[in-house]
Amino acid sequence: MTDRAPGFSTLAIHAGAAPDAATGARATPIYQTTSFVFDDVDHAASLFGLQAFGNIYTRIGNPTNAVLEERVAALEGGTAALAVASGHAAEFLCFHALLQPGDEFVAARKLYGGSINQFNHSYKSFGWNVIWADPDDVEGFAAAVTPKTKAIFIESIANPGGVIVDIAAISAIAKKHNIPLIVDNTMASPYLLRPFEHGADIVVHSATKFLGGHGNSIGGLIVDGGSFNWVGDDRYPMLSKPRPEYNGMVLGETFGNFAFAIATRVLGLRDLGPALSPFNAFMLLTGIETLPLRMQRHCESTQKVAEHLQKHPAVEWVSYPGLAGDKYEALAKRYTPKGAGAVFTFGLKGGYDAGVKLVSNLKLFSHLANIGDTRSLVIHPASTTHRQLTDEQKIASGAGPQVVRLSIGLEDVEDLIADLDQALA
Amino acid sequence: MMNHDAYPDSLIRDILKSVKRIALVGASANEARPSWIVTKYLLDRGYDVIPVNPGLAGQTILGKTVYAALKDISGPIDMVEIFRNSEAAGPITDEALALDPLPKVIWMQLSVRNDEAAARAEAKGVTVIMNRCPKIEYGRLSGEIGWQGINSRILSAKKPVLAGKGFQKLTIHRPGT
Repeated sequence: MTDRAPGFSTLAIHAGAAPDAATGARATPIYQTTSFVFDDVDHAASLFGLQAFGNIYTRIGNPTNAVLEERVAALEGGTAALAVASGHAAEFLCFHALLQPGDEFVAARKLYGGSINQFNHSYKSFGWNVIWADPDDVEGFAAAVTPKTKAIFIESIANPGGVIVDIAAISAIAKKHNIPLIVDNTMASPYLLRPFEHGADIVVHSATKFLGGHGNSIGGLIVDGGSFNWVGDDRYPMLSKPRPEYNGMVLGETFGNFAFAIATRVLGLRDLGPALSPFNAFMLLTGIETLPLRMQRHCESTQKVAEHLQKHPAVEWVSYPGLAGDKYEALAKRYTPKGAGAVFTFGLKGGYDAGVKLVSNLKLFSHLANIGDTRSLVIHPASTTHRQLTDEQKIASGAGPQVVRLSIGLEDVEDLIADLDQALA
Repeated sequence: MMNHDAYPDSLIRDILKSVKRIALVGASANEARPSWIVTKYLLDRGYDVIPVNPGLAGQTILGKTVYAALKDISGPIDMVEIFRNSEAAGPITDEALALDPLPKVIWMQLSVRNDEAAARAEAKGVTVIMNRCPKIEYGRLSGEIGWQGINSRILSAKKPVLAGKGFQKLTIHRPGT
């Protein structure tokens, strides 16, 4: 098959994964090795000079990880990708390639709590300054952009669930100011939403969640959309200036529309080091093969559970964009017509104590701080992840005392509903 | 005129399988420049690359003598690869079209596109490829480019073919293609 554009499920199984050239192994082998022998001295020099395609050292690249990279690039419709140790590492290497000390980026206020911590605190050490904007107020993003702004960062479906972000509208602001838009597509996965089709320039993933889908491996990805022109843009010296690390090579010029992915690899991953284990890459690849099937089931069951809870006498409200009349219903119809994801929040009439009791009473739902597993998961943010915040702060970040977050898994939905009913009784 | 926004993989593969002698206009002696890197890669893949650059005429790049202009090269050239800007690609195309015999292919590098020049070449039966890099295309069609996490846009249940020496070199001469 050469020129016919393959469908999503075909890509999820085949993209990047030809049989092994040396052995014919059909499943992708786990190249569990630190290093790769060079064919000769000249070959080694070519690899170190970025003049030939090939493998040197697993911190920089690995053939198992490369299959994962090409797979996710294909699923997102990007030009190239880089696999790294975690979703956090993916964000870190993205900003490392874009920001200098003293620079700013604008980020949506509603994000995964871990990203909020990373941006608010850890990035301060690098002189990277986050400016927060409300994802429900697109104009707020425009107002937050200054001459120091180097990127905009949003989540497609925002954690802890229930928020669909208008990617195209925020992309228009990014394009107006000629800065790249980075979209964290973890909660949607490319099966539900492909941010490049709505104007994103870079996509990041925590592959730990729906991509891998089995709750067994941490990993992250950076996907290059190939749409941003770095050449001649002095604001992004990693991509537009001669690099002393590579004899004066200009990455943006040499690598064209996949230069960003290359920069995060040969400057970021090489020097900062958050490499993905090839074993984890293999686990994530195996998960991705069933991504379309899993996402269909995740969304079907989530819709049923959300509708059931909406009618439950102990429940005050349910925030899931798949529900009729939800605040984000229109955006969900536009951006995620195949389903609004599998993570949502709801509020208990009984407040904090009812939340604690629910989590204790559940038998099938696992009480833990992850999402996107085959298993259904529950967390009561006020007593766990957001415990250290004041009540006001908890409410502002969508983690008020009455709020419970669910990640619906692949069990029989009748069993999940029965478990919630007995726990709420 | 051919659609120059999207080339079939089969066309690119046929070109890279059939051409042997390539004149590379805009050759560089600087190892960090894309034109040097492409020259090296194509030489490594067995192509006979002849560097062309009036400023470096008479010197050598990667052991190959540099010529001042296409007309100075003796013997037939299968493909002229243009590593200059889109405007300069016009007169270089005309120089290529003055060669006897004509080259089979005129290939303009990634980011280089000159539709008027392409039309003149195609009127003489010369195949034109624009805004593509032969190294990227070779890497894509052989499968090598996937090692860098780049989307080759090619799916295959056939084994990639090792290029003979070592395990880190693949060839586009794959069965069923």
